[in-house]
Amino acid sequence: MDLHGIEQVLPANLLDRNLSSWRAGDAWLGGGTWLFSTEQPALRRLHDLMAIPIGSPIAEEDSGLTIRSTCTIAELQQHTIAHNDWRAASLIGKCCDSFLAGFKIWNAATVGGNICMSLPAGPMIALCVALDGTYTLRSCGGEVRKVAALDFTIGDHDSILAPGELLQIIELPAAGLRRRVTMRRFSLVKDGRSSVLVIGSHDTDTGAFALTVTAATSRPVQLHFDKLPEKQQLRYSLASKIDPRLWFDDPNGTPDHRRHLTTFFAEDVIKVLS
Amino acid sequence: MAFFTLNGKEHHEQPKAGQCLRTFLRQLGCYGVKKGCDSGDCGACTVLLNGEPIHSCITPAVRAHGKNVISIEGLTDGDELHPMQQQFLEARGFQCGFCTPGMILTACALSEDQKGDLNHAMKGNLCRCTGYRAIRDAIEGRAELSVESQPGECIGRDVLPPTAHSVVTGQEDFTMDAAMDGMLHLKVVRSEHAHARICAINTQAALAVPGVVTVLTWEDAPTRRFTSAIHDSHLVDPDDTLVLDQVARFVGQRLVAVVAETVAAAEKGCQVIEIDYELLPMVLEPEEAMAEGAPPLHRDQPDSFIINPGRNILVDIDLAGGDIAAIRQQADVLIERTYSTHRQQAMHLETLGSIGWIDEKGCLNIRTSSQSPFIAKQKLEFIFNLNPCNVRVFCKRIGGGFGAKQEVLTEDLVALACLKTGRPVSWEFTRQENFIGASVRHPATIKVRLGAQKDGTLLLIEVDSTLNTGAYGNHGGEALYAGSVALGHYRAPVKHFSGRSVYTNTIPSGALRGYGLPQTLFAVESCMDELALELGVKPNALRRQNMVGANDRIVTISDEPSDVVMGSYGLDQCLDFVEAALARKADQQGPSGQEWAVGEGLAIGYHDTVPPTEHRSTATVLLHDDGTYCLFTGTAEFGEGTSTVHLQFAAEALATTPDRIKLRQSDTKICGWDTGAFASTGIVVACQATMHAAKALRERILIHAAQHLGVEVEECTLDSGGVSSSCGGKLSLIQLAELARHKGIKLAEKRKGYGSPVSVAFNAHGFRVAVNRITGEIIILQSVHAADAGRVINPAQFRGQIEGAVAQAIGYAMTEDLMIDRAGKVRNPDVRNYRIPSFADCPETEVFFADTVDSVGPYGAKGGGESPFNPVAPALANAVQNATGVRFRHLPLTPPRIYEALVSTFAR
Repeated sequence: MDLHGIEQVLPANLLDRNLSSWRAGDAWLGGGTWLFSTEQPALRRLHDLMAIPIGSPIAEEDSGLTIRSTCTIAELQQHTIAHNDWRAASLIGKCCDSFLAGFKIWNAATVGGNICMSLPAGPMIALCVALDGTYTLRSCGGEVRKVAALDFTIGDHDSILAPGELLQIIELPAAGLRRRVTMRRFSLVKDGRSSVLVIGSHDTDTGAFALTVTAATSRPVQLHFDKLPEKQQLRYSLASKIDPRLWFDDPNGTPDHRRHLTTFFAEDVIKVLS
Repeated sequence: MAFFTLNGKEHHEQPKAGQCLRTFLRQLGCYGVKKGCDSGDCGACTVLLNGEPIHSCITPAVRAHGKNVISIEGLTDGDELHPMQQQFLEARGFQCGFCTPGMILTACALSEDQKGDLNHAMKGNLCRCTGYRAIRDAIEGRAELSVESQPGECIGRDVLPPTAHSVVTGQEDFTMDAAMDGMLHLKVVRSEHAHARICAINTQAALAVPGVVTVLTWEDAPTRRFTSAIHDSHLVDPDDTLVLDQVARFVGQRLVAVVAETVAAAEKGCQVIEIDYELLPMVLEPEEAMAEGAPPLHRDQPDSFIINPGRNILVDIDLAGGDIAAIRQQADVLIERTYSTHRQQAMHLETLGSIGWIDEKGCLNIRTSSQSPFIAKQKLEFIFNLNPCNVRVFCKRIGGGFGAKQEVLTEDLVALACLKTGRPVSWEFTRQENFIGASVRHPATIKVRLGAQKDGTLLLIEVDSTLNTGAYGNHGGEALYAGSVALGHYRAPVKHFSGRSVYTNTIPSGALRGYGLPQTLFAVESCMDELALELGVKPNALRRQNMVGANDRIVTISDEPSDVVMGSYGLDQCLDFVEAALARKADQQGPSGQEWAVGEGLAIGYHDTVPPTEHRSTATVLLHDDGTYCLFTGTAEFGEGTSTVHLQFAAEALATTPDRIKLRQSDTKICGWDTGAFASTGIVVACQATMHAAKALRERILIHAAQHLGVEVEECTLDSGGVSSSCGGKLSLIQLAELARHKGIKLAEKRKGYGSPVSVAFNAHGFRVAVNRITGEIIILQSVHAADAGRVINPAQFRGQIEGAVAQAIGYAMTEDLMIDRAGKVRNPDVRNYRIPSFADCPETEVFFADTVDSVGPYGAKGGGESPFNPVAPALANAVQNATGVRFRHLPLTPPRIYEALVSTFAR
């Protein structure tokens, strides 16, 4: 929709060191697919991150996958992983398929945009958290910090980003990508917004197992186990380690149903990985 | 340097900074780029940006810089259709046509892989009319329709809608596809509170916004109360509404209008309006609203129509036939169950909107998205005390209605702004406004009591219905009465219908496909299955034993004199079709796994072909000098397809082909009275008028020709070329027109159509479902519908109506629910969270037509646009019960509800 309050769109370079001209009423413009989908009465200027081409959005090295935040969903989905032992790379396609939005949106929407939106159902959040991703953030003053994907999203539409701070780079380490993974998802309509998205990842070298829960909770939750847990242990952990207030309540699901499905899917995931 | 290339042409115009590509393209004249959601969810605005399909409503216009954009207007050069456009035309992959440009452009860009999974590939394109089957056929290049029709033989053929070509090319002119010199834009401030009195409104800051021309508040508005509901008689609804009121009765009620040179200025003006409210106690549910001490919504200046304003009761009815107490004694089995239903939004893809202006003669013109321009006009005359000669209301093509445009919700405020400013004014609802400020299907709580003998003979049907009419009473009475129809398709010596429509501080309920009947039919048809279980008989056998037969009278409550007649009877055929279709796939399996339970169920129903309120229509048919005909009808076209049927009827009577007849419609200036395109009356009333007028013109032409040929009328026949006599004389239509002109006579006839007597249409729907007892998911394995609508005039169109109604009803039964929070605010006022069915949610429905010819309807036809909706929800609940053993009495049947009820019964 038209954003009538916007007075200026400024080209911005994703990799610039600093952006001193940032002020209240500014916002980063990535794909724009969320920004232009709802009224933005508080915004006056947009810094267009797509205006200046900055080369390849994805770099694959032995240490892992580096994704620029402006990488579109379509680019990520079409990237062919060269490392044969990155078993968890199958999650990339599955998470791209977990958008409510269809393929036309994938041509514009960015990986970083989905992460920064911090929606409980954001599938790029699920992907990065499950694979132990790290984000590089840069403040408008030029300070750089790295945070774990798990710590970035703190609630529905809420992240640790400070005003003007920008998500530049997403790194998915090879260690995470080498794990065996299984994903389960549920939405109230076919191919709709996720009500629950559960990913289990199993490190076959160490035996460690991690369960990542998104969409069902207002922020991502991860449970760690030294080995694949028994049903009782899993249920106990889900019940005791997830704050009951985190079960998300919105038109796409109820807290009770989400808690129930999370348990069911988590058990299923473990069965598959056992 | 050019800014970008659009459809092969360079453009130098620059977009505004925050403008989206959609409005920029429309500003450049590409009106085929539609606004459905304005949030990237529906795909109606799809265009190709450097060859890639994108949603232009969420694409910053600045992103098009230096790029190449193709909109529907530029898909092909010249007159030749693109193959995909041709496929949409041939497969009738459209009804209202509003989603069509976006569908076609998306389909054009699909890879072969994507075409293999249309459910997934097309999930970003929503259609509210078709149920997607015809669109799937179009994309896959399937079309097996009998398009060819011979002169005078086009009844029963799949005649193409007259607008088919302009729909698939994006040339069709919809309501908001217009701009006028000096046109102002209107935006409103809506109430944030469910119940409040306005103490003061500070308009100073808004008036100071550059571009703001005027600000309108309750102090500027007329003091005549009216009803926004459209009916032939305004006396069937309460006059409880003002153009702008000092009291807000629901969150979202319009309170202040800002009129400005641009949408941006109007919006900015709205942001700085300050309203000082005095909050009033509020009620959200009928039970609380009727309780003693509840805050009355309409106690001040009440219309005497409101039966009990102190207790918020709009209408209260209690009608019984027979001795209830005695029959209860006789019943071997007596069951009582309570059901409830929720709010549904029509979600026509074109939001509400209108454009008004005062012409040089001082006449107020309103171009609007309405199902009844004639009654909208009457309301404006009443509200503003205007002479009928000084008001004109007309409709261009409308992007879907489904009953929700049987309401005056924009025209009045646009008229006020025109009258205040003297300038053209446009007001287009945002999608969010359409969710919070339009109308919804009445939520209902329905108690059913059924009594029967051991042998299954039904003795008693009692239904008690409580409707939540919301903050205003529009349709609150008629929708309540309409619910009594659910008692009509079974024989029982005693019937009892009681109910009430209750005001609450929630979004007003209004008209929507089925109109009060889907709620009560859900209850009655669910309860019939429950009674069968209680009696230990098969539900379908119980239905057959008690349903009305061909020689029965339809008695909804008592056998009073009535103009409802059994003009034809096809209920038995409908039930046979559905039962047989379900039986054919009886061994169909669900997904593997113990958690999946499979079952089947069905429901039946009937629908009056004309509403109990008056319904009238006028048609004029004339012969032009060039030998073609022109037909005038007041009916608007919003995808229901009556325009095609008008032409079919006229062509049949005039022994010609539809392409020889030009249709002019839905304009109070040039057409005769038409009550409106609602209550399934399009064919039986409006097209009936056309049939009479065309037959009369045929007689007129024959008499005229006979005189000139010097023969008896009986010796003359009319064909598509002219009149020939059995003696060998012949006059072409052009010659006949010329002779008439010389004589000073007009070869034109006008006739009226009325809606009495009323016939009855029947429907049956069946489902086979698989239910996951752990997740609560329902998969529809089979969907079957049979309709008895008399003689089917246009099978392709009628099948489309059925499929669309079924899809909308599946949405109602499973996915759609306009939720309201404790403050009375809509929780999901957007397409993303409201969830109408997409490609993947709509199973293909097997459709059957009963073979009947109606003795009342024109050319043996009955109405059928609404009634297929009605049996869908109860059929689904019956199938789920059959699968799981658990009865669901509350709609919608969502996974959280299913799981909650099943998890305890299913041992894992």
